[in-house]
Amino acid sequence: MPLFDRKDKSRYATFTRRTLMMSGGMGAVLCLLGGRLYQLQIRDGALYRVASEDNRVNERLVAPPRGRILDRFGVELANNRRNYRLLLVAEQAQGGVEAALDTIGHVIQLTDQQKKRVLHDLAINKRFVPVVVAENLSWDEFALINQHLPYLPGVQPDVGETRAYPFGDELSHLLGYVAPVSMDDKNTGDEDPLLDLPGFRIGKRGIEKSFDAEVRGVAGASRVEVNAYGRVIRELSSSPAHAGKDLYLTIDRELQHFTDQQMTAQSAACIVMDAQTGDVLALSSTPGFDPNLFNVGVTQAQWQGLMTDDHKPLINKALSGEYPPGSTFKPAMAMAAVQNGLSNLQVNCSGALQLGNHQFHCWAWKKGGHGHVDLKRGIAVSCDVFFYEVARRLGIDRMHEAATQLGLGKRTGIEIPGERPGFMPNSEWKLRRTGIPWQVGDSLSAGIGQGYVTTTPLQLCTYVARVASGRAVSPRLVHVVGNDRQPRPVAEALPFSEEAFAKVREGMNAVTNEPGGTAYGFRIAEQGLEMAGKTGTAQVRVITKAERGSGVKKNSSLPWALRDHGLFIGFAPVAAPRYACACITEHASDGHPQVVIVRDVLRFAQQRNVLGLRTAYPLNAASADSASGPT
Amino acid sequence: MTTRPYAAAKRTLSVIDKLYEVNWGLVLLISLIACVGFAMLYSVAGASFSPWAGKQMAYFAAGLVLLVVASVTDIRFWMSIAYPAYVVSLILLVAVMFVGHSALGAQRWISVGPIEIQPSELMKIALILALARFLHGLSVEDISKPLRLVIPLVMIAMPAYLVLKQPNLGTTIILVADGVSLLFLAGLSWWWIAPAFGGIAAAVPLAWRFFLHDYQKQRVMTFLDPESDALGAGWNITQAKIAIGSGGVSGKGFLQGTQSRLNFLPEKHSDFIITNFAEEFGFAGSIALLLLFAIVIGYGVQIAASARSQFGRLVAMGLTLNFFFYILINGAMVMGLIPVVGIPMPLISYGGTAMLSVMFGFGILMSVHVHRQVEIPRHSGGII
Repeated sequence: MPLFDRKDKSRYATFTRRTLMMSGGMGAVLCLLGGRLYQLQIRDGALYRVASEDNRVNERLVAPPRGRILDRFGVELANNRRNYRLLLVAEQAQGGVEAALDTIGHVIQLTDQQKKRVLHDLAINKRFVPVVVAENLSWDEFALINQHLPYLPGVQPDVGETRAYPFGDELSHLLGYVAPVSMDDKNTGDEDPLLDLPGFRIGKRGIEKSFDAEVRGVAGASRVEVNAYGRVIRELSSSPAHAGKDLYLTIDRELQHFTDQQMTAQSAACIVMDAQTGDVLALSSTPGFDPNLFNVGVTQAQWQGLMTDDHKPLINKALSGEYPPGSTFKPAMAMAAVQNGLSNLQVNCSGALQLGNHQFHCWAWKKGGHGHVDLKRGIAVSCDVFFYEVARRLGIDRMHEAATQLGLGKRTGIEIPGERPGFMPNSEWKLRRTGIPWQVGDSLSAGIGQGYVTTTPLQLCTYVARVASGRAVSPRLVHVVGNDRQPRPVAEALPFSEEAFAKVREGMNAVTNEPGGTAYGFRIAEQGLEMAGKTGTAQVRVITKAERGSGVKKNSSLPWALRDHGLFIGFAPVAAPRYACACITEHASDGHPQVVIVRDVLRFAQQRNVLGLRTAYPLNAASADSASGPT
Repeated sequence: MTTRPYAAAKRTLSVIDKLYEVNWGLVLLISLIACVGFAMLYSVAGASFSPWAGKQMAYFAAGLVLLVVASVTDIRFWMSIAYPAYVVSLILLVAVMFVGHSALGAQRWISVGPIEIQPSELMKIALILALARFLHGLSVEDISKPLRLVIPLVMIAMPAYLVLKQPNLGTTIILVADGVSLLFLAGLSWWWIAPAFGGIAAAVPLAWRFFLHDYQKQRVMTFLDPESDALGAGWNITQAKIAIGSGGVSGKGFLQGTQSRLNFLPEKHSDFIITNFAEEFGFAGSIALLLLFAIVIGYGVQIAASARSQFGRLVAMGLTLNFFFYILINGAMVMGLIPVVGIPMPLISYGGTAMLSVMFGFGILMSVHVHRQVEIPRHSGGII
């Protein structure tokens, strides 16, 4: 090897030596890598395994479908429809949530107000909680968002369910509405995790509120695998949500609709009841509101409109309105009179009753009074002087006892919130309250349903049903929850004599069906459908002595808010009462629109034969045992 | 061990002779590692050959052809083109600064007709060839003479600077490591080496201050404390460690890895592919793969040691070290031992250019093996 000189040999030796050194170094470094693998995979393997599970698995709540609300025949009054919506998770929104909202704004319309709300919601929620950006999107908008999803990190499209009320404002006061959970709702001790679910809604009024726990259902949970962007890849396991229970009401949607129409958007309330059981067949308070609005989100203008309307569309007048019952109170007084031995009371009405130096006028004082009046005629012509005399003889405490037994001046216990008690005074109350003993004059005013006495329309209906049936029926709205029949409040026989009922019903029959009766012109003429009833007018303003001298102003010449309320209670058919009805028209007594409403409603209910139709659920407990369930 | 034991000793070898001499065992090992790569690319694509595994196979096939062609090409040819290849690569590196286009914030690519070239990849091999040729002509004593040493240092510094400016820190490190290793192997005096390391240690703060880009500094910072920014820049490191660690002893099973499939790992198909392997095959699989790499490196060292020419020895060792540095940097990076620099795992990470350059490197290594008995006069080295 001539070319291998000495220098080459030393070079070769150096190279070999240093190659060995480097190989050793490489080996050592590879061992170091192996050691690191040991550290990561064996020593800390369990730790990293947990971290990778945490990475990929998310627990999600699954909202249950809200239970439907149906009428007695199974017509859906409240149900659910699909709601396409958009959620945003703050911690996944790269570049900040405001930038994310701007990007979303390029795809769908977002108002500044909406953006502000979303930023607020994001601020009060944890960064991993999805917050609703927009909902009730159209299918086109929803599709567009899905198409742009790769550019919208943190955005989750979602198909939810939203509450729908097919009949709009017609049942608004009865059903109430659902709306997003407020801080107050969370502070009631309700620890349902659903309350934290974005966009979850709970019942805020009416049946939706009082039966919220029943119709809400139970949340399901879903363990899902998500990728780094939080997008769900697949479901690993799930426990299903349990749908809320369906509610069957005692309401007849047809009758409710008819009643609502008769009220012609006046400020009014009307209730129809099964006189024998207290089951509410229709409960109407007009004007109403569209409950769907609250679900979607009421605008400031809409809310202002509802709040400032003098017809008070947000108040359920049927059970939250307290009015002097006026002359509709007289049958109760008549009951008390008979019960206390005054069944044969005879009074001569000269148009007024003199008490000390004060004259108590009869409504017919201008015509010179009603002349000779007995109990039946007292009711029929609604003679004030007759009932002044009754009140004077009974005294307030016996009047209080009878009225309370008939359901007046106390809450009926109906299953929707917001019921007012009305008021039935007694002597002890006045002394305690004002320090002045009860005066006979106070009794006289109370005797014709004025003065301190106030009642709700629902109480009036309960009271007329009690007079008609003789039993202490109470209103009931919800018949079935899920598959469980709700108990009916026990309707015991009332502590009044048969004579009392007979006499009073006779008087009420005379009101409508005998010439001279105050509502004779509004009788139901059809044979077998006749109604009995009692008219009433509740005075809104105090009539001064001076005014009485110069002649009381006609109602029609007064401003709307000062006009009298018109009231009417009635039941039908007279012979065997089945339907009870009460109606009040606020500031509208001219032409007796309230009597027309009750007459038409009672006629419609009988002609439709509401109580004779087969219901979705058997209505009586006895036959319920053999029933199999909803049809 | 072979029926024609001294065929390589012949003055001239036929192509058949050369093919026979090719180290097919090494080719098999390389293919095996590449197959691991195919399987991983198939896995991270969600059990699909598209978009990566299919193309990678094609790249590998082309690489195999390149390897065989390179291995039967005479080592003296490689020596003769060493300087021209270095110059061309240098020109391309300059050109890429002006006409190159960028990927992931760095100017690294240049288009020549339909072909995309990454000049830094060419430079790695060209630098090894050029340095080996230069050092071939020097005796051990010569190397440590300052005037002689300046030339190889400049040869290393020029491409290193250009690549650093792209900016591509990972490749710069590899170029410098390759070059310095060759100087060391050629016999550079310890009197140079010790002060040099001291100098580098002193230069780190200066480099931090003046040469590193913000993104490079950020990588270092997040490396030092990845949890400080677990959802931002520390994401890669944290998620890579979770992927590797969660593999445990035996792994989650082929196609069962969740970290990359669920996109917790960006660059899951390129720089971070190995984390998916560690996740699916666990410690057992990872160590096995590490062993495969070690055997390949052992083959390379053995080829270097058995070559007669200094050029062959240096080229073989240079290429082997180059391969090793790739594994070291990528492995240490994904395991959170060093900051993230953009270096792929050779043979496994997806990428045509990287695959071809690695296979070409193995081809030249094989050429050294085939031509191990060829002697080359020392005066063929040097500057010209």
